[in-house]
Amino acid sequence: MTDALLNVTGLSAVSDREGGLPVLRDVNLSLRKGEVRGLVGESGAGKSTIAKAILGILPRTVRVTGGWINFKGRDLLGMKPPELRNIMGSEISLIPQDPQTALNPGRRIGVQLADGLRLKRGLSAKAAEARALQLLADVQIRDPDRAMASFPHQLSGGMRQRVLIAAAFAVEPELVVADEPTTALDVTVQKEILRLIRHMQEVQGTGVLFVTHDLGIVAQICDSVTLLYGGKVIEDGPVRSVLENPQHAYTRALIAAGPRYDRPDAGLEPVPEEVFRALRQEIGIR
Amino acid sequence: MAEPITIAAPVAQTRPPSRVKTLLTQPKVLFGGGFILLLLVIAIFAPLIAPKDPLEQDLMLGSLPPAWIDGTEPGYYLGTDDLGRDVLSRLLYGSRIALFVAFVSASLAALIGTVLGLLAGWYGGWTDRIISRIVDIWMAFPPVLLSILLVAVFGSGVHSVIAAIVIIDWTRFCRVVRAETLAQAQLDYITAARTVGFSRMKILTREIFPNIVPVLIALVSLEMGIAVVVEAILSFVGLSVSSDTPTWGGMIAQGRQLIHHTWWLLVAPLAVLFATVLAFNQLGAGLRRALDPVMRR
Repeated sequence: MTDALLNVTGLSAVSDREGGLPVLRDVNLSLRKGEVRGLVGESGAGKSTIAKAILGILPRTVRVTGGWINFKGRDLLGMKPPELRNIMGSEISLIPQDPQTALNPGRRIGVQLADGLRLKRGLSAKAAEARALQLLADVQIRDPDRAMASFPHQLSGGMRQRVLIAAAFAVEPELVVADEPTTALDVTVQKEILRLIRHMQEVQGTGVLFVTHDLGIVAQICDSVTLLYGGKVIEDGPVRSVLENPQHAYTRALIAAGPRYDRPDAGLEPVPEEVFRALRQEIGIR
Repeated sequence: MAEPITIAAPVAQTRPPSRVKTLLTQPKVLFGGGFILLLLVIAIFAPLIAPKDPLEQDLMLGSLPPAWIDGTEPGYYLGTDDLGRDVLSRLLYGSRIALFVAFVSASLAALIGTVLGLLAGWYGGWTDRIISRIVDIWMAFPPVLLSILLVAVFGSGVHSVIAAIVIIDWTRFCRVVRAETLAQAQLDYITAARTVGFSRMKILTREIFPNIVPVLIALVSLEMGIAVVVEAILSFVGLSVSSDTPTWGGMIAQGRQLIHHTWWLLVAPLAVLFATVLAFNQLGAGLRRALDPVMRR
């Protein structure tokens, strides 16, 4: 466990808006340095809640009732806001879900990229701009000069997501939380973005927590995977063993439900109702 | 593990046009702004431009009609009032008070309203509750009566007029800015800024505020139009500057009494007032379009 970057232990949370409904139930997960871990589940499974808890941006209606989020030996949940702000955007950064709204529409790309570098790395305006330019080149945006001077709405969705990836990796963080970064993109762009994230992660040796609902993406990009349902960890392990030898009936059913490009006539079997029933009983959801 | 990257990189389609250029392609900005600019030049150089002294009376030349009607004297292009003062010169001088009040009061109202609106929208909770309740109470007063009351309390004069407009109209800015701040705060780029570890104040000033500026500029321009009208109203009821300073409102009040035989005394200042307010409104709408990067699409 010496090279553990992130350890989430016994994390539980309830939603006050839904009358104290548990949204996380005793979640354990860990991430080593340089590891890409998929965090998978249906909508409402709690994958985004975990990501938000790590980033310290849980909505006010969600209350953590127990557990720890240990990042390099420090508990993020018990940290005071100023201390947390030092870590966020410096050691931990986020690739957001929707590139349409995640960039400030009123400011040019270059300024937005340089902002974090100036604040977190103390670069001068000039040095930050040079670094931002380099970053745009790193994420394979052709003509980075032009992109620097553009407003977000002048770039395509794929380019905006590249900019966001550049921003996330700009400060060379140790942990990147990717919150479904490809759901808002079309499939052809998706693959490029996945490769790009994997590439940046390998170059910098970053640990990535990759939130997604798509087991196909997990198979492409992740080393290990944590599968959630109803706020509880259902299955956890290296991608290979989970996908090839799933232990839980729900995992097996999910894999069977996914499309098979090699056999278009197979797959797309909905998860059987009895699997859900057993699962709910196991977790304790009525 | 991952395959080597061979990605055909996309290219930004167009080099973003400069803001000034976009501004000048808006006909509303051109016409509205052009008229206001002209008025500004007139106001500043009124003593050089005006053909006559606006205060000089000549009872022998009283109630002269405008130049295109028979029975006028050369040099009095828009005629004279019953005391023989040149209407054109009085209109030109009247722009001084109108524009001064418009610029100063709109800027001050914008300043106060924006600061309070940003705080209310961003910090929420008690800050928001207190500010919003004050705005609610404020807006329940009938504005014209309140301004007359305020000027009566402060005593007449141009500073009282400005104070009255600011005290009444900061709520317009406060409400709009608060709503706009709330809307912006919902967007992902604010969450993204929070995850970068920017402080709340920094997010407010560097991320949210720039996105409110386009709306704000449009509002300021509209408010200037409103301020011109309010100043005219207060002059009309004799609560603005002293009666020996020419104002449009004062001229309207004077012309109203003589509407049946010297109609131009009413129509000339009304037309100028109308054109000025229209120009401010057009300018505001045009600026909004040109400056908002999202609307520009």
